[in-house]
Amino acid sequence: MTTVENSAPAQEIGRDRRRKEDRRLITGRTRWTDNQAITGLLHLSIVRSPFAHAEIGSIDTSAAKQVPGVVAVYTAADIGADAVQLPCAWPITKDMKSPQRPALAGSRVNFAGEGVAVVVARTAAAAKDAAELVEVDYSELEPVLDMEEALKEGATLVHPELGTNENAQWVFDSGEAGSGGSASEAIAAAEKADDQVVITRRFRQQRLVPVFMEPRSTVVDPTGEQLVMWSSTQVPHILKTMLALTLGLPEHKIRVIAPDVGGGFGGKIAVAPEEVVTLLVAQKLGKPVKWTETRSESLLTAHHGRDQIQDLTVAVTKDGVIKGLDVKLIADMGAYLGLVGPGVPILGAFMFNAIYKIPAYRFDCTNVFTTKTLTDAYRGAGRPEATFGIERMMDEVAVELGIEPMELRKKNWIKHEEFPFTTVSTLTYDTGNYEAATEQAMSMFDYDGLRREQQERRDRGDVKQLGLGISTFTEMCGLAPSRVLGSLDYGAGGWETAAIRMLPTGKAEVVVGVSPHGQGHETAFSQIIADKLGIPFEDVEILHGDTQSSYRGLDTYGSRSLAVGGIAMVKAAEKVVEKAKPIAAYMLEASEDDLEFTAGKFSVKGTDKGVGIQDVALAVFAAHDYPEGIEPDIDAHATFDPENFSYPHGTHLCAVEVDTETGFVSLYKYVCVDDIGTVINPLIVEGQVHGGLAQGIAQALYEDAPYDESGTLLSGTLVDYTLPSAADLISFDTANTSTPSTTNPLGVKGVGEAGTIASTPAVVNAVLDAVRQYGVKDIEMPTTPYRVWTALNSAKGTGAQSDEANVASPGAGLGSMAKSDSVKNQGGAL
Amino acid sequence: MIPASFDYVRPTSVAEAVQALADGGDDAKILAGGQSFIPVLRLRMGDPSLVVDLGGIAELRGVREEGDKIVVGAMTTHHDVTRDDLLNQHVKLISEATKTVADFQVRHRGTLGGALAHADPAGDLAAPTLALDAEFVIAGPDGERTVASADFFEDYFTTAIGPQEILTAIRFPKYTGWGARYEKFNRVAQAWSIVAVAATVKVEGGTITDARIGLTNMAGTPVRARGVESALVGQTMSEETVRAAAQAAAEGTSPTSDADAGSDYREHLAKVLTGRAVLAAAG
Repeated sequence: MTTVENSAPAQEIGRDRRRKEDRRLITGRTRWTDNQAITGLLHLSIVRSPFAHAEIGSIDTSAAKQVPGVVAVYTAADIGADAVQLPCAWPITKDMKSPQRPALAGSRVNFAGEGVAVVVARTAAAAKDAAELVEVDYSELEPVLDMEEALKEGATLVHPELGTNENAQWVFDSGEAGSGGSASEAIAAAEKADDQVVITRRFRQQRLVPVFMEPRSTVVDPTGEQLVMWSSTQVPHILKTMLALTLGLPEHKIRVIAPDVGGGFGGKIAVAPEEVVTLLVAQKLGKPVKWTETRSESLLTAHHGRDQIQDLTVAVTKDGVIKGLDVKLIADMGAYLGLVGPGVPILGAFMFNAIYKIPAYRFDCTNVFTTKTLTDAYRGAGRPEATFGIERMMDEVAVELGIEPMELRKKNWIKHEEFPFTTVSTLTYDTGNYEAATEQAMSMFDYDGLRREQQERRDRGDVKQLGLGISTFTEMCGLAPSRVLGSLDYGAGGWETAAIRMLPTGKAEVVVGVSPHGQGHETAFSQIIADKLGIPFEDVEILHGDTQSSYRGLDTYGSRSLAVGGIAMVKAAEKVVEKAKPIAAYMLEASEDDLEFTAGKFSVKGTDKGVGIQDVALAVFAAHDYPEGIEPDIDAHATFDPENFSYPHGTHLCAVEVDTETGFVSLYKYVCVDDIGTVINPLIVEGQVHGGLAQGIAQALYEDAPYDESGTLLSGTLVDYTLPSAADLISFDTANTSTPSTTNPLGVKGVGEAGTIASTPAVVNAVLDAVRQYGVKDIEMPTTPYRVWTALNSAKGTGAQSDEANVASPGAGLGSMAKSDSVKNQGGAL
Repeated sequence: MIPASFDYVRPTSVAEAVQALADGGDDAKILAGGQSFIPVLRLRMGDPSLVVDLGGIAELRGVREEGDKIVVGAMTTHHDVTRDDLLNQHVKLISEATKTVADFQVRHRGTLGGALAHADPAGDLAAPTLALDAEFVIAGPDGERTVASADFFEDYFTTAIGPQEILTAIRFPKYTGWGARYEKFNRVAQAWSIVAVAATVKVEGGTITDARIGLTNMAGTPVRARGVESALVGQTMSEETVRAAAQAAAEGTSPTSDADAGSDYREHLAKVLTGRAVLAAAG
């Protein structure tokens, strides 16, 4: 028992803390899944189809089995992998068409890269050598590659048994929902009205690859009482439950561990076929087994993202007030449905209306099967697509009407005094201040100054023309209120759990259900707990990712870790304090009513008597003397189910230089002011924003995952998938405004996806702003130099005939080597 | 990385290396930095029976002055090329081009000789050697021979180096006092050149008295823009004369079409980039 010291610990929330997990992560001292070393571990190599669509005839494994070190070679049927139905947790409509998705293909492959057999060997090298010797007899079928063609009568079917390539059609109509008027009526009225116009545009969201840094890896040890799976996953809890449901295993006999995971961006929200194959092989052999993918396997077979055709129609008055919005989407699911794949475009349904007061809205999305790698969540998942659509459209409307693009936005956005605001798509935005974020961004950007510079360059006829692009975005994140998810037919809730264990020496172990893969949870969460319990930051340990310690959780995606998981931690901390209070009162020989808890100390009001919560932890451990009728335990567990999403917003402004001779686009200036409510750790927030911007800018300028006419992925290595590095980006100017969320006690909003969601349209709007003066109407993403130059030439009518051949360059490194006999025959040095 | 299995030797002299190649037969390959070869092995695009690693041969490294030539050992790394005073002073174009190769990690491992022998048409070092009239010193079972740069590059990934030969050194004439610029056009910093232009010019009293220009990725081999060179020589240095001369840059080229660029776009880029390269070199 001590007297209260006056030196309260410094406030942790809002403090720039360096990430405490980084020492082990960036020095390579952690153990990733692939580093797990178990005695007797066997290694897998998966034999994959080179064809997009083919019947599998015979599979000859005899040569592979002869390779020294090979333990077994299995086809799908040998391990029952063809009979598995990998789960899709989001049946978006009652009549959604859902093909069986096996762990290995049995009779037919439906995308290039699909697994057809697996080699098990004592070394990874032997497995790989043997996999090359497995002879598979394929009969090629027509690939299905074009979404619109796939929906036509008589189209080749990816899954003939479904009778259609359409997965589902999902419609929201504000007229029918009662949340607004009828968009079709608004558009029809605008067509007749003299003071209104109707504007229609088609935008294309290209296919992207998440490209997490750590390739996927899974180890399964079946030798203990519980089968243990280590996996590089974002969703250990969902994976555990889904493995039980999918494979009929008793859930209590499975333990899933996501150790440190090196990036995900949505790409590791999955119950992957390879995870199931690894488990099936481990069970069959009764031995521990490991599968680790190569980068090429990852690019080819880990799920992709985006890939939509967007048709937008806006009815707007000639002075710029939007009267109605109609959105028609076609979304490519790829060959199968991923864990949440069909729901990804549906998340966009609530976001096309964005920050604007749109009185009538209709959203109609058709999901399509093709013979490509399946698509699923990728950073932003549905919301970048929607934000791109509406923010590109706002610029198009501004151009059509001759209104300054920011002025057009101001005419339509929700004003700060109108919050909370229920939107036409039925969400209630709790807080926000678009004026404040915009004003600060415009000032940091020197918007007027750059407009002047733009004009000067035009007047001079500079080779490098300037373009300015705007994106005033909001998004829904912090997935999610369980009741809302239920109403959307999602297969789980959206709550999150945390537990706090107060150790005898006063240290705290905090067990969380969310599972980081690079976000800095351990640091940010320690800051929250340090403040809420009033104990030193260093005294907090965050435990995550192991279903044995963290048995309850819904994992990490949709910017939910802080806005949902963080609140569960706050609730658990409140319970710890609540449980400690009567014990502290007993120790202080005071009434509970006379105690106050500040900065980690219970003190008797008006006296200098007090006891620290860490001392209470020791007292209940000893348990020699404590009040009767109370358990000697101040540990606590809490589950938080949010009542609403969180709605970060912000204003992103981008200036680009377009080299009109070459078509090259260079970033010139990038400013963003994001309102993410309360900031726990500004340094981590800035890191999240920077990374998010890089990924969003990359969609605008660099990345694309195209297929050739036979259904082969053309960006199968990082030579071809043009990922930008720091050398290609500029120094970003970031800042925050804050209107704390009113739907959670920390006032926080998600930040993990904000930069990605916001930045893409800002960049493309800027590119078009630079070249619209030459008559260019649109440029598809990524706006490569070739596309910009071609657009400039077409617009200028100089008759450049550039047919964009979809072939890998003969002179661009590795892609070419396969085609070049000289590589093998030439005696010279490589 | 899990390549197909192969035998490996690391000789310590050129003679030993030549012997190893002779003993290794047709499937022997040379490791000379590995920045292209290792990915080829990793992706199993090649399966040599023997890899002869030149990394242990000290005599193949380093830059030295031999009379009116600067001689660069084939195993000199890109990093060492960029830092070399002799090259910076007398053969600035090769220094400038080498600075643009890939990234720090690649430049620390990759070698000048390895890149040239690999002869990727999108590689950055072939065009400068062509423009600079470099000579290639090649050792083989029959001794040493020298090949002019105009004869060295034969086709995509194909050079005059025979199956049992090793490129040992590259000899550059001195271009002391010449301006130089390697104008590289690619989509991201680490990507291969879509087109690039290597230009070095001599300007005296405002007049271009000599010019050497090589083009990257405008054909299966590097291409010398002789039309531009002759149009420049004797001209008074100005933006107009340079841009006019650069219009001849695509003559005699046969660029490919791919997703990054159609052949017409490459021809256009060659002209634009040639103008820029010459202006920067002269500037």
